Amino acid sequence: MLNATLTELSQALSARKISSAELTQLFIDRAHSLNPALNAFITLDPTRSLEQARAADARIARGDAQPLTGIPIAHKDIFCTKGWLTTCGSRMLANFVAPYDAHVVERFEAAGAVVLGKTNMDEFAMGSSSETSYYGPVRNPWDTTAVPGGSSGGSACAVAARLAPAATGTDTGGSIRLPASLCGISGLKPTYGVVSRYGMIAYASSLDQGGPMAKSAADLALLLNTMAGFDARDSTSLERAPEDYSRNLERSVKSLRLGLPKEYFAAGLNADVARAIDAAVAQFRGMGCEIVEISLPNTQLAVPAYYVLAPAEASSNLARYDGARYGYRATDYRDLREMYMKSRAEGFGPEVKRRILIGTYVLSHGYYDAYYLQAQRIRRLIARDFTQAFEHCDLILGPTSPSVAFDLGAKSGDPVQMYLSDIYTIGVNLAGLPGMSIPCGFGEGGRPVGLQIIGNYFDEARMLNTAHQFQRDTDWHLRMPSGVEGIRT
Amino acid sequence: MNWEVVIGLETHAQLSTVSKIFSGASTAFGAAPNTHACGVDIALPGSLPVPNRGAVERAIRFGLAVSGHINRRSVFARKNYFYPDLPKGYQISQYESPIVLGGKVRIHVGDEEKTIQLTRAHLEEDAGKSLHEDFHGMSGIDLNRAGTPLLEIVSEPEMRSAAEAIAYAKALHALVRWIDICDGNMQEGSFRCDANVSVRRKGTDKLGTRCEIKNLNSFRFMERAIEYETRRQIEILEDGGVIVQETRLYDPDRDETRSMRSKEDAQDYRYFPDPDLLPLEVSEDWIASVKRSLPELPQAMRERLIKEFGLSPYEANVLTQTREMASYYEALVKSSGGLHKLAASWVMGELSAALKRASLEIGASPISSQRLAGLLKRIQDNTISGRTAKDVFEAMWNTNVEADAVISERGLRQISDTGALEKIVDGVLAANPGQVSEYRAGREKAFNFLVGQAMKASQGKANPAQINEILKRKLAA
Repeated sequence: MLNATLTELSQALSARKISSAELTQLFIDRAHSLNPALNAFITLDPTRSLEQARAADARIARGDAQPLTGIPIAHKDIFCTKGWLTTCGSRMLANFVAPYDAHVVERFEAAGAVVLGKTNMDEFAMGSSSETSYYGPVRNPWDTTAVPGGSSGGSACAVAARLAPAATGTDTGGSIRLPASLCGISGLKPTYGVVSRYGMIAYASSLDQGGPMAKSAADLALLLNTMAGFDARDSTSLERAPEDYSRNLERSVKSLRLGLPKEYFAAGLNADVARAIDAAVAQFRGMGCEIVEISLPNTQLAVPAYYVLAPAEASSNLARYDGARYGYRATDYRDLREMYMKSRAEGFGPEVKRRILIGTYVLSHGYYDAYYLQAQRIRRLIARDFTQAFEHCDLILGPTSPSVAFDLGAKSGDPVQMYLSDIYTIGVNLAGLPGMSIPCGFGEGGRPVGLQIIGNYFDEARMLNTAHQFQRDTDWHLRMPSGVEGIRT
Repeated sequence: MNWEVVIGLETHAQLSTVSKIFSGASTAFGAAPNTHACGVDIALPGSLPVPNRGAVERAIRFGLAVSGHINRRSVFARKNYFYPDLPKGYQISQYESPIVLGGKVRIHVGDEEKTIQLTRAHLEEDAGKSLHEDFHGMSGIDLNRAGTPLLEIVSEPEMRSAAEAIAYAKALHALVRWIDICDGNMQEGSFRCDANVSVRRKGTDKLGTRCEIKNLNSFRFMERAIEYETRRQIEILEDGGVIVQETRLYDPDRDETRSMRSKEDAQDYRYFPDPDLLPLEVSEDWIASVKRSLPELPQAMRERLIKEFGLSPYEANVLTQTREMASYYEALVKSSGGLHKLAASWVMGELSAALKRASLEIGASPISSQRLAGLLKRIQDNTISGRTAKDVFEAMWNTNVEADAVISERGLRQISDTGALEKIVDGVLAANPGQVSEYRAGREKAFNFLVGQAMKASQGKANPAQINEILKRKLAA
């Protein structure tokens, strides 16, 4: 059951080989025994989960089950989940029980899926290592001295360690793809606007996008079928006809043109990662794909532009956490100003404060043109780079991360080094394109390497098809971290 | 020394939508605190704004009514600052690209007509309310008003007196009600003005340093505040001082303005386009359909009343103060068979006075335009005199009876029968030989006395014109 695909689980549930309650209990038990070592979950609530599981069982018995009915799913703690603590990894929201469901949570609920728990993450999704959480760092199940990547590290860890069959994540600059890569699982960030942001706690609104995290591309397609769709409550949600993302999975990838951006293979890419990526490229060539070299000339500008725009939006998005209406409020203050200052000083961690400061600075009078407007111009250049590249190829391939998972604490003191972890993922967010990461081998220390696949707007089905064909011919996605079973607190 | 005051107004008109500008919560006034505030209004984590089409449509209506330019693409921006009644920590407004650019409003001061140019009008959300008085040692926050749609209308600094500023504010107030985008209720804060006031020596082009005056929640206060502020600035300049650019608050109890904050304390609002909202696109079709739905505008109607009905500019102006009054007047003209002038003088005179005494709006008048038309017809055909008509009007006001019924019930029909009138006049002449001799001796006053006696003898029912004529004829004999 732990290694079963979502389709297999669905069949087992329909055939009554296992009940949703039993399946949910299995994962809850596993999470209880392994979470103390991995710290993948912030909240587990077996009573609630099992109640939902029993409802799903009743639904299966009634014969109106959907593909995800009865399957436990872990939600990143950034998605508001009615009645559940929803902390966003922050002390600021450590007491916040969401009074409503995010669109994504609603969709899974309607599909009959079970909320297994809320996963750990970088505070307010700000981080590349899942070390900035108020609830402590998440560990990489392949090596608990390594980071799982971030910010959706709890979800990636839970799926990789088989604490959950699948999970949700969000990706603002690589927060789904990077942890998927570092934990050896599959993760997809859809085209901006495909998944509603309603109820998804905002970090940088123009970049944030929810997406699925799972063991395989086929599972991602199934999850995306549920997550995607127009939602009038999010003005940036796109009104499009519903799409079956599984429809092209079995299609041949023969003569597909795959572009390799030369900037993604330049200095800065570690040799062990490069070897695994080269092997994956060779695999595709063997499958009949055409490999072409392309250029994304403004790649070097993506990280600096991102670290102007995302903090600018964040500084404003996080202004609502003022201790007045909900969330953390300092206990000792003399007046309003001090209530604000102390609540925010005590409620936010250092990385969040750093980004609020940067964002406040770049929006300030006299700096706005030089920073914010200039970064917006770069953003348009980067989008144009991709548009031009897609004139020469169908999909873009490359590494997700320049290195395999680094050791816990290795980059905590050097924010710029940390920010550079996202050098290959950030451009996709700036352009609003879909991107995914799938496992393609192992590098130094036996730590996983992820292959990034970038598609043109709304080309998720083709990306999933390509990833699925790769996974049919390889078994990297079936590998399970061997050390996990031995981990005890 | 001759000074000139320069005034520009910023007006916040609350748009009359049922729900808020970015959420589905109600905008109704007067509910228990925080009962009209949903997740968006209290800024729950994960909540998102969705623009209210009705608010945008009202802004377009306004833009068309003032002949402004409707921006096909405008942008919502965030104005960032911390305050407890601002739940998100920013106000969603429009900054660099407002929905309406330019436009003009015609004002009347005495017999002078003047056109005031508008700079822009933009959509924004209102903040909540801080309640400092009701809680000991604490402040209460009511977020019912948070997210209420506002149209901020900015004029060019083209007004040159408090009177012009008031005329502009009143014209704008009348217009937003006329086109039905704002209820104009100043007590409830649905229509609020801030004034930018500066002075300069007459004949100079350069603008003086301005002060912004807030809290002008009635036309009277606005007038007094501007007059006070003008005097204050002139006194400073005449004493050789300089005006400091600042925001000042009007205190109606002391009838003065007080410094609130200076330009140096001005916050950096860090405006930037709201990434939760796409640029606001307005299609040609939408604009065309809003245009079709607009009523005849007051200025056009004024011109029509002058040209087609022969009213004076003053009459036309008064009758187009509100759309309700204008439609009452038009209905009255129609029912009375085209008594334009008589209808105008009765609506502006007797009816307005009675409504004012009873504190009623014209829409709630106990005498409908149709009933009043019945009365005007009887004046026109000489059944009753204008004097008697006032009594009939009063009877109609208090009961549900029609003019004709009052006239016949009370026997008020005017006596126009020449035979009957001659008899009355003969009686008066016989009874007052002294006055008759005086008149014949050249004392004109005696004539008026005799007319009065004849009217009295007829119990006021005699046709005064006829009495005059008969008296003159008989006295000359």
